[in-house]
Amino acid sequence: MTADVPTYLDGNAAAGALREVFAVDLTAAVARCNGCGRTGVFAEARVYVDAPGMVARCSGCDGVLLRVVNTPTDTYLDLRGLTYLRVSNAE
Amino acid sequence: MERTALRRRLTWQVGTVTEIRQETATARTLVVDVPDWPGHLAGQHLDVRLTAPDGYRASRSYSLASAWTGETIELTVEEVPDGEVSPYLVEVLKVGDPLEVRGPVGGWFVWRPEQAGPIQLIAGGSGVVPLMAILRAHAAAGGTPPAKLLYSVRRPTSVIYLSDLKEIAASDDVEVTFAYTREAPPGEPRVGRVDADLLDAITFTPKDEPTTYVCGPTPFVEAVADLLVAAGHDPARVKTERFGPTGGPR
Repeated sequence: MTADVPTYLDGNAAAGALREVFAVDLTAAVARCNGCGRTGVFAEARVYVDAPGMVARCSGCDGVLLRVVNTPTDTYLDLRGLTYLRVSNAE
Repeated sequence: MERTALRRRLTWQVGTVTEIRQETATARTLVVDVPDWPGHLAGQHLDVRLTAPDGYRASRSYSLASAWTGETIELTVEEVPDGEVSPYLVEVLKVGDPLEVRGPVGGWFVWRPEQAGPIQLIAGGSGVVPLMAILRAHAAAGGTPPAKLLYSVRRPTSVIYLSDLKEIAASDDVEVTFAYTREAPPGEPRVGRVDADLLDAITFTPKDEPTTYVCGPTPFVEAVADLLVAAGHDPARVKTERFGPTGGPR
């Protein structure tokens, strides 16, 4: 089945899941894609929530930046596609 | 100390629905009292979680519709046909019911009163929700800096917050323009999508250095953001928030 409209959301859709694990808001963090080197605010990533779990992809090369999967007992975080996340220390 | 308070792990909280306002035939606003709500910035959102009797859980992200006043929070939900969460929120939930939420979340698509420069808001459909929170925070901050809202909507009956928007538009602080895509009210000649000519005619120019907030369905947001950048707006000041068929209105 092919979707006739884009199914992705933006990085904000991952905010709640990430805030369960990290103590800071990551959607305003600057992320560098390990695939194409694109650097941008994580909120601008493309987030797919209709997969098992949640997948964030680079808006430049579509490479996987991170995946979050919740089970009844644990949360799995796969950050394979990020070279870094730059989080502001100002709050 | 405040920093310590901000940097805590986010957990689910149970709020109570205290008021429900029908906004359109398919959208309604839920006013929720959340005892330990820490406050939020305009543009932030929250997650709502429903648990079925068999333990199955579904959560969705919704934009906060209200500016924080120290009391209750508001979210406006548009029903998504065949949706998992929104039909319950729009058709079943009633005043007095508990609602499980966590938030606020998101620190990018936000407006802060101390932020410099005009505010340009561009909404597609229920994408107006977080932009309404920004307008409410803007009004609470005294109506400065200058702000404009362009609201693309199918027909007059689809307009969410019509009376609030009329009031805001009458205040001189905010210029409100509706763009009807299917059916316009009598006397309104234009029916069609937001295009380069319309943006050029009614939005702040790149020279005004506005911060632009675009929220709506993914194709709408992509199209509008591309037009703005093509018109010379700095991409760093064009903030987008998209929602799609899977995420429900945000």
